[in-house]
Amino acid sequence: MDLSIFGYQFMQNAIISAFLGGIACATVGVFVVLMHLPFIGVAMSHAAFAGALLGLWVGFDPLIGAFAFSLLAAAIVGPLADRGQLTPDTSLGIVFSLMLGIAFLFLGLMPGTRSSALDLLWGSILTNTSEDIILLAVVTVVVVGLVISFFKEIQATVFNRNIALSVGLPATIILYGVLFLTGATVTASLRSIGGLLIFSLILNPAAAAYQLTYSMKKMFLLSAVFGVLSGWIGLLVSYLLDVPSGATIVITSSIIFIIATVFSPKRKVRRWKEEPLAGE
Amino acid sequence: MTSTVISIKNAVVSYREDVALRGVSLEVTSGEFVGIIGPNGAGKTTLLTVVNGMGKLFSGQVTVLGDPLRQGNGRSLRKRVGYVAQVDNIDPRMPMDVREVVMIGRLGVLGLFRRPGKRDWQIVDEMLELAGMTHLARRPIGHLSGGEQQRAAIARCLAQEPELFLLDEPTASLDWKAQSGILELVKEIHDLRELTTLFVTHDLDALPHTCDRIVLMKDGLIVDDGPPDRLISTSSLSRLYDLPESVVEERRHHMHAKE
Repeated sequence: MDLSIFGYQFMQNAIISAFLGGIACATVGVFVVLMHLPFIGVAMSHAAFAGALLGLWVGFDPLIGAFAFSLLAAAIVGPLADRGQLTPDTSLGIVFSLMLGIAFLFLGLMPGTRSSALDLLWGSILTNTSEDIILLAVVTVVVVGLVISFFKEIQATVFNRNIALSVGLPATIILYGVLFLTGATVTASLRSIGGLLIFSLILNPAAAAYQLTYSMKKMFLLSAVFGVLSGWIGLLVSYLLDVPSGATIVITSSIIFIIATVFSPKRKVRRWKEEPLAGE
Repeated sequence: MTSTVISIKNAVVSYREDVALRGVSLEVTSGEFVGIIGPNGAGKTTLLTVVNGMGKLFSGQVTVLGDPLRQGNGRSLRKRVGYVAQVDNIDPRMPMDVREVVMIGRLGVLGLFRRPGKRDWQIVDEMLELAGMTHLARRPIGHLSGGEQQRAAIARCLAQEPELFLLDEPTASLDWKAQSGILELVKEIHDLRELTTLFVTHDLDALPHTCDRIVLMKDGLIVDDGPPDRLISTSSLSRLYDLPESVVEERRHHMHAKE
């Protein structure tokens, strides 16, 4: 097998992007899985796509448009779900369809060829520049840093938001923070993974980790490992079979999920040992 | 010396077009054990949310633990008020053990950026022991039965070291044995800690026998307030639940038979 391709700068950029994007997507994926909000990835990625198209159409950086629109989606979803008039899934569904409509509107209004717009839909990790990597690195450091800093508050909020509120935690701010982090992660990964495929990279690694552990800390770690593995194995398969990398990354993440589900210890009845309760 | 810990004057709370509380006034003194009963939709839960600062007042004045409730001070109040709700459906695969869930009770008191220390874990373990849950401390929370989950919720509430203990239908949907166990535990905690306790239930079977005082609620109003001997009578319950006295009498007969 000729692996000399991995010596090239564009491939090294792709490997670093897969590492950073894998960690960021898989980390926000843990919230998505535990808060039962699988629709959030779809809604955010379509919002980011619509914003990016606006940028391409009007003539400013598509990433700025993507970031603004995904934050806007987060700002709409939060209060809609929070007021209890709609379930979070319904409000996410409404935002998703609205953003899809806006995206198609911009696509229709754009003059000339639409290849750059369609790149955002499918993603192209092999064309990532150092600016893309810097953006991904910043978002990944922010996401991981916030999770480490506010782990206990996040843990309480994903367990039960009303309980977190009742003990005096700012659970609503944490929920909105999670939505904004998801928006930022989707935006930063849009060019690499693509608006259509990013949903799987958010959901699959976390859903796989969820099958394997009863510890939330381990779930975050496993999810990040699976996210990075999905990216790297997907890249390798893409190169070996000469097929699009976005697709192979997502298919790899799905296979990891299936393997985790098959070997999940949660499918078996386990005897729990009584352990001494020493201070943690 | 007893002092007033809860003072509610003419509280009105509405959710969109529904008025949940229609001018409720209530005073509770330190160490009291108050049972709040009434049919579904009477405003009992809303009354508790007003006390712990989660309910939004439309009008009226509420003072809890000496602090008048204002917009913005609800969160600091909730750190001092323990709240146990009904059994909730917990995801059986939730990646948290019982001990971690009980620790949630300490987090508000701890504040942001501070990690639980040895002392916090020690308090958590003491409360687990009090709730009879030490042997299940490392069990995933989603693997517990309804009764065990409520014991864990009570341990979580006590880990907060609250000055007020609010229980909202804590025995709803539990079997009779689990229900009796929770009632015993609540009584023990009240006796041991002299914690001011508000216990809400729609089910007279689930009313602790040790209540000092009973508040009857219906249609968003307090319709009576007094000692259990006077209020737990066939005629007052018949009025409260809109049931003929004969039906109430028969149900009470069943209750005594069970005891």
